[in-house]
Amino acid sequence: MLDIIVSGLLLSGTYALVAMGLNLQYGVARIMNLANGEVLVLGALAAFWLYTTAQISPLLTVILVIPVAFIGNWLIYRFLLTPLVRRSKSQGQLEVDSILATFGISFVLIGIMVSIEGGFFAYKYLSEPISILGSTTSLNRFIAFLIACAIGIGLYLWLNKTRSGVAVRAVAVSTEASGLVGINVPRISAFAFALGGAITAVGGALISTFITLDASIGVVFTLKALIIVIMGGVGDIRGAIVAACILGLVETAVATLIDPGLTLAAAYLIFILILLFRPQGLFGRAST
Amino acid sequence: MKPSGWGELAIAAFLVFLAVFVPFVTNGYWLSIAVTTMMYVALATSWALFSGPTHYISLATGAFFGIGGYLVGSMMSDYQLPFWVPLVVAPLVAAGLAFLIGIATLRLSGVYFVIFTLGLAEMIRNLISWIQNNFLGSRGLYVLTDLRDHHLYWMLLGVAAAVFLLGWVVNRSRLGFALRIIGNDETVARHVGINTAWAKVILFTTTGFFAALVGAIIAPRWSYIEPNQVFSPQLSFLVVIMALLGGAGRLWGPLVGVIPFTIIWEWVNVQFPNQSTLFLGLAFLLIVYVLPNGMVGRIEQLHARMGRGRS
Amino acid sequence: MIHTRFFKRIAVAATAAGIAFASAAVAQDVIKLGAIAPKTGPLAGGAVVTQWPNVQLWVEQINARGGLQVGDKQMMIELIEYDDKTNPGEHIKLAQRLAEQDKVDFVVAPYGTGFNIATAPIYGRYGYPMIAVSAITDKMEELTERYPNLFFTLGTTTAFVDGVKEILIEKRDAGEIGNEIAMVNVADAFGIELADRARDLFTEAGFELVYDKSYPLGTPDLSPVMKGAKDSGAKAFVAWSYPPDSFGLAEQAIIEDLDVAVYYSAVATSFPAFSGAYGGKINNVLGAGGTNVDDPKIAEYRAAHEEITGEVADYWASANTYAAMQVLEQAIVGAATLDRDTVTQYIKDNTFDTVMGELSFENNVSHTFWSVGQWQDGVFRGVKGSNVDGAVPVRLKEGWTE
Repeated sequence: MLDIIVSGLLLSGTYALVAMGLNLQYGVARIMNLANGEVLVLGALAAFWLYTTAQISPLLTVILVIPVAFIGNWLIYRFLLTPLVRRSKSQGQLEVDSILATFGISFVLIGIMVSIEGGFFAYKYLSEPISILGSTTSLNRFIAFLIACAIGIGLYLWLNKTRSGVAVRAVAVSTEASGLVGINVPRISAFAFALGGAITAVGGALISTFITLDASIGVVFTLKALIIVIMGGVGDIRGAIVAACILGLVETAVATLIDPGLTLAAAYLIFILILLFRPQGLFGRAST
Repeated sequence: MKPSGWGELAIAAFLVFLAVFVPFVTNGYWLSIAVTTMMYVALATSWALFSGPTHYISLATGAFFGIGGYLVGSMMSDYQLPFWVPLVVAPLVAAGLAFLIGIATLRLSGVYFVIFTLGLAEMIRNLISWIQNNFLGSRGLYVLTDLRDHHLYWMLLGVAAAVFLLGWVVNRSRLGFALRIIGNDETVARHVGINTAWAKVILFTTTGFFAALVGAIIAPRWSYIEPNQVFSPQLSFLVVIMALLGGAGRLWGPLVGVIPFTIIWEWVNVQFPNQSTLFLGLAFLLIVYVLPNGMVGRIEQLHARMGRGRS
Repeated sequence: MIHTRFFKRIAVAATAAGIAFASAAVAQDVIKLGAIAPKTGPLAGGAVVTQWPNVQLWVEQINARGGLQVGDKQMMIELIEYDDKTNPGEHIKLAQRLAEQDKVDFVVAPYGTGFNIATAPIYGRYGYPMIAVSAITDKMEELTERYPNLFFTLGTTTAFVDGVKEILIEKRDAGEIGNEIAMVNVADAFGIELADRARDLFTEAGFELVYDKSYPLGTPDLSPVMKGAKDSGAKAFVAWSYPPDSFGLAEQAIIEDLDVAVYYSAVATSFPAFSGAYGGKINNVLGAGGTNVDDPKIAEYRAAHEEITGEVADYWASANTYAAMQVLEQAIVGAATLDRDTVTQYIKDNTFDTVMGELSFENNVSHTFWSVGQWQDGVFRGVKGSNVDGAVPVRLKEGWTE
C-alpha cells in the first residue's frame, strides 16, 4: 500500500513536470502546443549530451537549460506564433492554426535532434536506491519529484500572490478583458509561453536521468501532457498538478493491484470519466 | 458548409469516373501514391462531415481506423474468416462505438472534446493490446491476401465516392440545414428547435463507420497488423491537418487539402531523403502561413478576384 | 555522438561513386542499392544501431576497393536511402519508388518484422531478393512459399524462446533456480507473440509462471512491475522487452536489488549503450543475441565498424546484418550478373563465407544465428545459438552492484 503511494506520488511528479509547461502555454498564451513533447526531449538531449561528453551533472544542466529554453521558446512565440495570433479572428481559429503550426515545429525539432543523436539517450544518473517510508525507490525520481514540487509551489505562489502573476491569470481568464484593463496581453502571452517551454525542458532534463528517451518519443509526452492539462481544466495550474497526482496514483495502483498492462487504459478511463461528469475539467471554468 | 448544388454533384461524378481509370494508366509507384491519397481523401472527407459544420475537432479517427484494421487482422489470422466478414463487421462495430461516444460527448465542447476523443482513442488502443495479450494469444496478425493495389484503390474510391454522396445529400437536407446553424451558433440552433444532439450523434456515427471501413480495406496492404501501428494517433492528427489545410467548410475542401499535401510529402521525401522530417515540418509551417483559410480559402479568393477582374 | 568522421568518409565514398558514375562511358557502371529503414519514429533507435551503420560500412568498404566484380566489369555501389519514419504506409510507398522511379538493382531488406512482410509482395513482383535480418516469425514456411524472394536469417519466434528455455532448464537441473519464473512482456506485437510462445514452452517444460504480466509500450514507471516480480520470489526473471523498457527494467532491477540467478531482457540488451549506462551492475545479464568476439572474422568486422562508422556494433543483429550484405555481395559476384532472378537463385543454391561463418539457406531460411547472449565483464558473449561456434557457459547473476 505504501509502495503505491510513494511510487504513485513520484510518478505524479514526473507527470507534473511534463504537463505544467503546457498548462501555461495553452492556458495563457492559448497555443495548443503539439511540439511540447519535443521541447521536453530537447531538454533530455541536452542533459544526455552534456553528461556523456563532458560529465556535467544533469542537475547543473537543468540550470543551464532554463535560460536557453526560455529564450528559444520566446523566439518561437515571437516569430512563428505571433503572426497566427494576430490574424486569427476567433479562439477556435487560433487553436486550429496553432495545431497546424506546432505540428510543423515538432517535425522540425525531431529532424534537428535526430541529426545530433539518432539513437537512444542511454545514461543513468543518481540511480541509487533509497528508502522512503520503507518503500524502495530511486534517488533520481525523488529529486525530480522534489523539483516538480518546487516548481509547482513556486508557480502557484507567483500566480496567486504577485502582481505579475495576477496579470497572467487575468490573461488566462480573458484576453479581451485583460487588454481593457491595461495588461499587455502579447507580452504576457509570450512570457507565459517561454516560461512554459523552460519548465518543460527542465522536466525533460530531469526525466532523462531515469527514463531512456530518444528523438522521436516526444509525441508520447505531448499526448500525456494534453490529457493532464485538459483533465485538470484549462487555465489553472492547480488543475494540472492535481490531475498529475490522480494519474500517477491511479496508474501505480492499477499496476500493482490489478495488472500493469491496464495502467494506461485505466488512466485514460479516469480522464474520460472526469470529463463526462465535469466537462470543463477539474478546475476549469464552465464554458459560456 | 454551403449547400451543394447539382453542379457540384455533376463535377464530383465526373471526377470519380476519371479516377476509375487511374490504375489503367499507371502502375506501381504512382498507383501506390494514389491508394494513399484515396485513403486520406475518404478519411478526411468523412471526418469533415462531422467536424466541418460543427467545428468540433475529433481526434478519434485513429481509433476507428484501427478497429477496421485490427478486426481484419484478428478475424483473418486467428479465426480464418474470409476478408469480407470483417469488412462488414468492423464498420458496424465502429459505428456502434461512435454512437455511444457521440452520446457521451454531448456535454463537451471545444478543446475538451478534442482531447477527449484523443484520450478515448488511446484508451481503446491500450485496451485492445491488453486483450490481445491476455486472451487472444495471438501469434501475430497476418493478413495474406491476393489483393493488389488496384483492388484497394477501387474499393477506396468507392468509399470516397460514397462519403461524398452522403455529404452532398446531408447538405441539402434538413439535417444539413440544422448543422449549418449549429456551426454558426449552437445556442441559436437549440432555441430554434433543432435537435442539435441528434444531429451531432448521427454524423459522428458516420465518421466512425467510414474510418473503420477504410482501415479494414487498407489492412491487406500492410500484411502484418500491429495494434500499435493501426491505432495510430499520428493518423488522427494527419487527417485533421489535411482536412483543415484544405478547408473543412466545403465538401470538396479535404480533397484539395489531401492532394497537395501528399504531393508535397512525396517531394520532400525525394529531395531530402536524409532529413525528410525536418523539411516536412518546414513545409507545414510554410503552408500554415501562406494559407490562412486553407486551400478552399485561397481558391475562393482567386475565384472572387477573377470574377472581379472579368466584370 | 556527432558523426563528423563518419560523414566525411561517406562523402568521400559518395564522391568516388559519383566520379565513377560520371566518367562512365558505358550505360551502367554502378550498382544501385536501395535501403529504406527508420531514421525517425519508434524503431529508429534500434535501426540507427543495427541497420544503418552496417549498410554504410559495407558500401564504403566495397567502394574503397573499387567496387564489385560483376562479370568482367568493376562496378561501384550507389546507395539510395529513405527514411520510412517507422510508418508501414510510408515504407510501402517508398519501396515502390525504389523499384519504379529509382530503378534500383538490389535492395537492403527492411528493419522490423512487419516491414519485411509488408514489402515482400512488392519487392517480390520486381524480383528483388530480400535477405531479411530483423524479421522473427513462426510463419517462415508459409511466408517463403508465398514470397520466394524473401530470406530469413535470424531464426524463428520459437528458436528465440527456446534459447532462454534451455538455459532455464539447465539452471533448474543444476539446482540454481526452482520451478518458478517471473515473466513480463511489452504489449506490442513482438512482445505479445514471444510471451505467448514462451507461456506454452515454459509450461511444457514444467515451469510455473508465478508472475506473468504485460505492460504497455511507453510505460514511464516500471517499478510496480519489478516489485511484483520481486514479491513473487522467483529466482528467474524473463522480459520480452523493447529498447526503452529493457533499459527501464534493468534500472528497476538494480534499485530493487532483484534477487535472481537468471535475468533476461530481450531487445537492446545487446546494445553497447546498455553496458555503457549501467557499467558493471548488469554483469551476467542475459539478452537476445550474442556474438563471438574472439572469432577473428568478427573481431576484424567490429574493428572496421568502429573505425569507419564511429560507432560500436551491437552484439547481436549487427553481425547478421553485415553478413546479409556479404551474402548479397558474393551472390552478385558469383552469379556474375545483375539479373535479380539469377542472383536470387544463386542465394538459394550456394554457401557463403561471412562474418557469421558459413551461411547457407534451406528453403530460404538460414539457421546460423545466436539466440541468447550474456554480459560477461563488459563483453556480451553468445551463450546459445544455432550453427555458431564459441558459446560460453552461462553464469549466474550475483547481485546488482558494480
